[in-house]
Amino acid sequence: MNEVILIAGMALVTFAVRYPVLALLSRFQLPQVVTRTLKFVPPAVLAAVVLPEMLFNDAGQISLSYTNAGLIAGVIAALVAWRTKNLLATIVIGMGIFLAWRWLMSTAAL
Amino acid sequence: MTVAGTHFTRDETDNSIRPTPRSEFINGMKAVIPLIVGGIPFDVIFGVSAIEAGLSPAAVQGMSLFIFAGSAQFIGVGMMAAGAATGFIILTTFIVNLRHSLYAATLAPHVRGLSQRWLLPLGFMLTDESFVMAIGRYNQPDNSPYKHYYFLGANLAMYVTWQIFTFVGIVLGSSIPNIENWGLDFALPAAFIAMLVPQLTSRPMLLAAVVAGLVALAAHSLPNQMGLMVAALAGVIAGVIAERIWLPAETEETAS
Repeated sequence: MNEVILIAGMALVTFAVRYPVLALLSRFQLPQVVTRTLKFVPPAVLAAVVLPEMLFNDAGQISLSYTNAGLIAGVIAALVAWRTKNLLATIVIGMGIFLAWRWLMSTAAL
Repeated sequence: MTVAGTHFTRDETDNSIRPTPRSEFINGMKAVIPLIVGGIPFDVIFGVSAIEAGLSPAAVQGMSLFIFAGSAQFIGVGMMAAGAATGFIILTTFIVNLRHSLYAATLAPHVRGLSQRWLLPLGFMLTDESFVMAIGRYNQPDNSPYKHYYFLGANLAMYVTWQIFTFVGIVLGSSIPNIENWGLDFALPAAFIAMLVPQLTSRPMLLAAVVAGLVALAAHSLPNQMGLMVAALAGVIAGVIAERIWLPAETEETAS
């Protein structure tokens, strides 16, 4: 049920952002203070979700060691994203490095 | 014949070229094909990641059907997996999609006079890609009265393919056992990184991300609903303050 409420809420705000403006407003401008503040929300939210995912290992502790596949893959993915700004390349390379590194670390432990 | 990439049909009786609803519609669909092809892996990865994050197939397809906004859907799934509060996710969705209001505002003069039967679906399906194509068509100097068919064609093509490939992702995500062994559990973090980095276009933005990330780490022990919100808030505050200090020229009110 919670899923339904969440998706309905997301759908509603998304529709509210598109249709009313298209149908009613030909001039849409938010106060500058608002846009200047809101623009920080996406990077803040993204970073707040991503950094713990990268650094917390399975034991629930922060791991900054080279054995942490999430850390290594994340750093490389960030570099790829920075250099290429290519969504697909970043995702594919990031996933590939993660997979390879994790496998590598598991074999080294044996 | 084609003129400036638009397909005109020849009207036999007065020997002039005239666009038809059908030709406009088809051209609209064709125009977004390269964008669709480039987006297919992203669509599939969304389906896979969402399933992997624990959403039901119905919920995942429902997101694509009713929200129809790629980056917001990705971010929503990531936030759900991190245990964020429902209200916070909805608020973030709203903010992330605000740019669509600018698209709608830009297109509004061109669609004035269309019936609700047109405006509702056109509004509902508006995205970055269909906006770019539609505004391109509207800005072309010809007086075709059927440009909204072009707009509709672009919208529908994006919408239908997004549904199809979300579904493909759902099926893949549900049927591949031990998805972790394929590294697919890193798809969502990778997508987040891919979306995050290009946004860091100024030092305040970078600071906002760094602060948010660090606070998120520190607040990780809090019940997750608090940690994420506190971190995001800290990031936003840091960014706003940094911009005031480092880039005062940008924070001055400009005459509009």
